[in-house]
Amino acid sequence: MPIEKFIKIQSSAVPVQIENVDTDQIIPARFLKAVERKGFGDNLFRDWRYDKSNNPIIGFPLNETKYSGQILIGGKNFGSGSSREHAAWALYDYGFKVVVSSFFADIFKGNALNNGLLPVQVTSEELSEIFETIEGDTQATFTIDLEQQTFIIDASGKVIDFDINPYKKECLLNGYDDIDYLLSLKKEIEIFESK
Amino acid sequence: MSQSATLFDKIWDSHTVKSIKNGPSVLYIDRHYIHEVTSPVAFLGLEQRGLSVANPQKTTATPDHNIPTQDQHLSIQDALSRNQVDRLMKNCRNHNIPLYGLNHKWQGIVHVIGPELGLTQPGMTIVCGDSHTSTHGAFGCVAFGIGTSEVEMVLGTQCIMQPKPKKMRIQIDGALSKGVTAKDIALYIISQISTSGGTGHFIEYAGSTIEALSMEGRMTLCNMSIESGARGGLIAPDQTTFEYLKNREFSPQEKNWEEAMEKWALLKTDENASFEKEYVFHAHDIEPMITFGTNPGMGTGITGHIPLADSLAEGERVTYEKSLQYMGFGDGDKLQGKSIDYVFVGSCTNGRIEDLREFAHFIKGKKKADNITAWIVPGSKQVEAQAQEEGLLAILEAAGFELRQPGCSACLAMNDDKIPAGKYAVSTSNRNFEGRQGPGARTLLASPLVAAACAISGKITDPREYLN
Repeated sequence: MPIEKFIKIQSSAVPVQIENVDTDQIIPARFLKAVERKGFGDNLFRDWRYDKSNNPIIGFPLNETKYSGQILIGGKNFGSGSSREHAAWALYDYGFKVVVSSFFADIFKGNALNNGLLPVQVTSEELSEIFETIEGDTQATFTIDLEQQTFIIDASGKVIDFDINPYKKECLLNGYDDIDYLLSLKKEIEIFESK
Repeated sequence: MSQSATLFDKIWDSHTVKSIKNGPSVLYIDRHYIHEVTSPVAFLGLEQRGLSVANPQKTTATPDHNIPTQDQHLSIQDALSRNQVDRLMKNCRNHNIPLYGLNHKWQGIVHVIGPELGLTQPGMTIVCGDSHTSTHGAFGCVAFGIGTSEVEMVLGTQCIMQPKPKKMRIQIDGALSKGVTAKDIALYIISQISTSGGTGHFIEYAGSTIEALSMEGRMTLCNMSIESGARGGLIAPDQTTFEYLKNREFSPQEKNWEEAMEKWALLKTDENASFEKEYVFHAHDIEPMITFGTNPGMGTGITGHIPLADSLAEGERVTYEKSLQYMGFGDGDKLQGKSIDYVFVGSCTNGRIEDLREFAHFIKGKKKADNITAWIVPGSKQVEAQAQEEGLLAILEAAGFELRQPGCSACLAMNDDKIPAGKYAVSTSNRNFEGRQGPGARTLLASPLVAAACAISGKITDPREYLN
């Protein structure tokens, strides 16, 4: 499916200040039984968000009305573990367009990019600064400009540059996906196969 | 004369259809495995684009993740699981993809059946919508897990787009001590380099300790590569590899076998090839391992104590304490002697015949502890049949254990094999994440030998106490 274009967003953020958030936490395996790609947002962070009786767990940031927005800020080593793309689908379906961390697991990063969810990697100092900004003002906003590759803490005006593969950047800015590109290489792939 | 290259480079580069400047490589895939959980949306995408499967014979399917491990001859009770398995069957039928379904003699965990059927061969690029695809690196393959969008790419074009990882070598030399196995090597490495130490890299395991491992052991080690964050891990093929593959169902036969062996024997890292990162470990430093926390890097030798929170950097303490709280452990606790409730032997990490053999030989003539519920789950129908043939089943039953039917089972608890909340499970699988084996379940990762010692004593026990 073609992905939604990502150009620039300004939004407040939801802080999940936990390290090594693995994809089993983002979406537990028992919610992977669907055969279509929809509705995963309801079970995003299921076991951190709801207790055994399905009551919201007070204190978990997604349950706190003071936090909102299209940006998720996560601790170091975000998205480790299982390759389930459902993790990216769940975050996107819930309404996140950007995930910020000081370190991302490889497969998660690839899956996010393939679904129009932008992973923004910052240094651990910058990550602490972002968490502190939200702690000071839960509705503090941030601006992410993909063209410029900048993450801006609006309150202070601090500009954080981030890296993204130029090819992936082009895909996100234009809403292209890899399959369209691979299909355009049909001839080259056939030549490779015949070798 | 080309420059010195690593084995990883040789395989990757020879499968690169095209390199995009400053972008990913278009990588050709030799072997694609699929299962019921991460493939349905890929087929849906393919159909929405009006595409067919480019190369159905290069994909192999089997249901494993969500299937029951009892009464497999009956219809699956859980409607959602049944629907997923039915969908896999329908998709394979519609696209002419070979499928080894429930009750087929070759069904099993996808990473167990690929090698045992000889579908996995040295020098291949192999992918599957499952992070433990790294298992196949044991045969000298570039094998790694992918997401569902990429499953769709492989189905549609036999290629995916991947940034080329950096290279890491982990060298281990020396003989392993008694009671120490490949699983302990894996847990030891991750405890040393952390769950993100391998991120961005593809590992080559080398050294005399690795060379001495059986194929089963190599698969266990490569399987856990992803738990260090690495894209995958591989081991250069050698005589052990060739002997394992000879006469397997899909291995090259007769004249083709000779040709294949000649080709495979060249799959080595050149002497002067360089790696971005190198580690050297010594076999004699490794003892039977066990984890105490909620990621696979939180492990220690079984005679050890849980590290003090004070010994960690300040920024890491919150996560560490949260993890110990989930586990119901205190920092500084001694692990040996702690009471446990469940033992799970199985998964793509330790569900092969050698694992069942080790477990069975250990418990032979002993009895399962009364406080233990044990689930022994073979990795495949072939493993199950062989366990029966070798008399392992009889040994297990005599000691109070039962063998269930093949599947991923309690490793990720998508089926009914869930560890109850708050209970402790010593598990031969690969992940001890919160809730991984069921909501609230507390997992301690270990080898089949450690699992066996714990199953007999009912508490965390060093298997060496029983070995003389």
